[in-house]
Amino acid sequence: MTGADVAQPLLELTGATVRFGADAALDDVSFRMFPGEVHSLMGENGAGKSTLIKAITGALPLDAGRLVLDGREVRFARPHDAQRAGIGTVYQEIELLPNLSVAENILLGREPRSRGVVNQRLMRRRAGEILADLGLDVDPASPLGMHSVAVQQLVAIARAISTDVRVLVLDEPTSSLDLDEVAELFRIIRELRARGVAILFVSHFLDQVYEICDRVTVLRDGKLVGEYLTRELLRIDLVNKMLGREAGEFKARERTFGEDADQPVFLSARGVGAGPGIAAADLDVGEGEVVGVAGLLGSGRTSLARAITGVAGLDAGIIRIEGRPVHLDSPRKAISLGVVYSSENRRVEGILGELSVLENITLAVQAQRGFWRRMRPARQRELAQSWVEALGIRPPDLDRPAGTLSGGNQQKVLLARLLALAPRVLVLDEPTRGIDVGAKVEIQNLVGELADNGLSVVFISAELEEVLRVGDRVAILRDGRVVETLPSHDVTVDSLLALVASPDDEQEG
Amino acid sequence: MTRIWKHRLFWPIASLLGLIVINSVARPQFLSITMRDGELYGALINILRNSAPLMLVALGMTIVIATRGIDLSVGAVMAVSGAVALTVIDNAADPDNLGTVLGAVGLAVLVSLALGAWNGFLVAVLGIQPIIATLVLMLAGRGVALLITGGFITTVNSAPFSYIASGYLTVLPFAFFISVAAITLIALVERRTALGVLTEAVGINPEASRLAGVRARGIIWGAYIVSGVLAGVAGVIYASNIRAADANAAGLFIELYAILAVVLGGTSLMGGKFSIAGTVVGVLIIQTLESTILFLGVPSAQSPVFFAIVVVIVVMLQSSRVRRGFARLARLRQRRAPDGGPPPDVDPDLEPKRTEVAA
Repeated sequence: MTGADVAQPLLELTGATVRFGADAALDDVSFRMFPGEVHSLMGENGAGKSTLIKAITGALPLDAGRLVLDGREVRFARPHDAQRAGIGTVYQEIELLPNLSVAENILLGREPRSRGVVNQRLMRRRAGEILADLGLDVDPASPLGMHSVAVQQLVAIARAISTDVRVLVLDEPTSSLDLDEVAELFRIIRELRARGVAILFVSHFLDQVYEICDRVTVLRDGKLVGEYLTRELLRIDLVNKMLGREAGEFKARERTFGEDADQPVFLSARGVGAGPGIAAADLDVGEGEVVGVAGLLGSGRTSLARAITGVAGLDAGIIRIEGRPVHLDSPRKAISLGVVYSSENRRVEGILGELSVLENITLAVQAQRGFWRRMRPARQRELAQSWVEALGIRPPDLDRPAGTLSGGNQQKVLLARLLALAPRVLVLDEPTRGIDVGAKVEIQNLVGELADNGLSVVFISAELEEVLRVGDRVAILRDGRVVETLPSHDVTVDSLLALVASPDDEQEG
Repeated sequence: MTRIWKHRLFWPIASLLGLIVINSVARPQFLSITMRDGELYGALINILRNSAPLMLVALGMTIVIATRGIDLSVGAVMAVSGAVALTVIDNAADPDNLGTVLGAVGLAVLVSLALGAWNGFLVAVLGIQPIIATLVLMLAGRGVALLITGGFITTVNSAPFSYIASGYLTVLPFAFFISVAAITLIALVERRTALGVLTEAVGINPEASRLAGVRARGIIWGAYIVSGVLAGVAGVIYASNIRAADANAAGLFIELYAILAVVLGGTSLMGGKFSIAGTVVGVLIIQTLESTILFLGVPSAQSPVFFAIVVVIVVMLQSSRVRRGFARLARLRQRRAPDGGPPPDVDPDLEPKRTEVAA
């Protein structure tokens, strides 16, 4: 399959340059894709991955360079031209219409017509064939919005390949999928690869890149670092090539928790139930302790986080802070007691993109003071500046709209907002999702430093390795219950995986 | 110089100045202001005086729109407010008593506050979409006003009451001072306290704001109360001007003009960032335009068409997309020029978007 060096590339980009003003987002980059091969594009945020994808899919014009498809030079004025040439794209943000049916979404713009009227029955049958072809069991007549994000993602792929697609571009397709769903997606990718489709797979997850990709191209600062065969490139070398320096090492903390039974517990939850997500969960967080929470998607990770931070009301159970029962009926109340929450959904529930970095950082402190007691502008600036420096937010421009920052920096702004409150417990839901390797290690280290300074942290992540690395103890969630809490050094990734996916999972199906 | 172009109030103010220039060319006396009995008169003074009701309503609308809402009931609230004030004065023993008038105005504003609180309750507590929630009162309000006046157009003869719209405080109309007071108060409260930025946060994203500990519900509720109170004061000014409570004509379509003023001032209907100064300029544009229509002698049947044409031009001038389109056309022409020429300049409007793509 990867004896492809002798084969003719299906798509070849040479000397590609895209400029934004004076800066080159893509500088003389060459890139090739071979039929029947999965190719990964790697690089930190801002390395030029999105720009390269947009150049291939006709969303951005090239300032210099040539794009050759199947031996012929092509020039796409708009995405539609690229589609017609056989290049299908599935973007990170799913661009489908939730209130239309699955079939309508798949065949949108290409509906089968009889006498000018859309033939619903034929459309459903054709969509059904496409879905069956991919081995997907989805009712084509059902509204798309009722399906999970994962299924919607697969429908987006079905839509992309329903045309005569020869190049398929998948931009971060797995960022919201759980393990099973990723496996399903990979099965489909392999199937398409076997049919000779050239696939571009962009992901932040190194594991997935190594599992599915044959070839990898690395970009840094808009320039080409090199093209490699995945099996010949060590992981550590890949990361170094992406960063252009040795990756920051995760600093292991002195683990002082998990052994000492007398440690003061700051926050304790008993029998907590909230909505359908979580039932009768227990959790103890000691002072200066990092508790990692591991569980599959749907195990109640987010529901637990929201229940102990006043975001969702409790149906059952009790929460104590320093031994006293508290009633957390709003995030505001929780914040006043020192419990803060960072949502897994940074864009929808975190960053206010149109407000400046300064306004984003000072928002929670200001809200806590009440609108009448406005912080003096000089004080606001001082506060925001100190956090921008402490967390290394780039660019260090307080007046820039926060929405224009990269994902990792947005996450840091969000953390700064919460840390400015001087909280006692920090509940982080997927704080490293969708951010690059460098920023990820920085945030993991930061969590350790904060805990060393006495802050209690609840660290939730879908990546088990990360949970183990950051957490002093790991709470294992299954079906809305904390089934076990173990010291991290007693657990390995494999044993944690076994605990998280319990044996009785299979019976439930 | 390029800085001024980018300022978000550049186009609104340019439009206003353009209108004033057109007017003063068409009739030189437009700019003239005369002093009579120690009071100033002239077309510009009239604009300042007559714009008071729309100014108040548009200020309230700005705050509501900033929370991602809309208040369609302002016209109906004006009608109710006028009806309450006039009914109290009409039934009083001495309509010329200053105390009576103050009491009447106070009660009218209080009722308007209650109506605003009702809107806020529907939106902030019950979570009904703002356009529907305020539509209820928009439709029902005029009926309530008719109920209060007993189905008649109540008229009064009260010197202190007439003073509100027609009187002069020193050399300028009293109504102008009401406008200025409202602008100052709103601007101070929004920008000298943190209410403005918290309101914008709620408008951009209510859930993210709630998670940050912002009292989103209270802020939204407060916005509708402010809008109701300001509409109530506007209703009093309107009633004072015609010395009558006309439940059907008071504040008719004012909600639409107020929304227009807010948009002309550069505040997005999507909520979030808002500009008080922009709204003030928007109101003055609308009022100057009305005065222009009157002066040019456009037949009243056609004046809406004239109004609409000017508004479309102003809105297009402000649309960055339209401006970008023109810039692109200009660039194309440059590119087609023989022997290439220098590379075309980068359109400043494209810059922020481009950096976003690169990030």
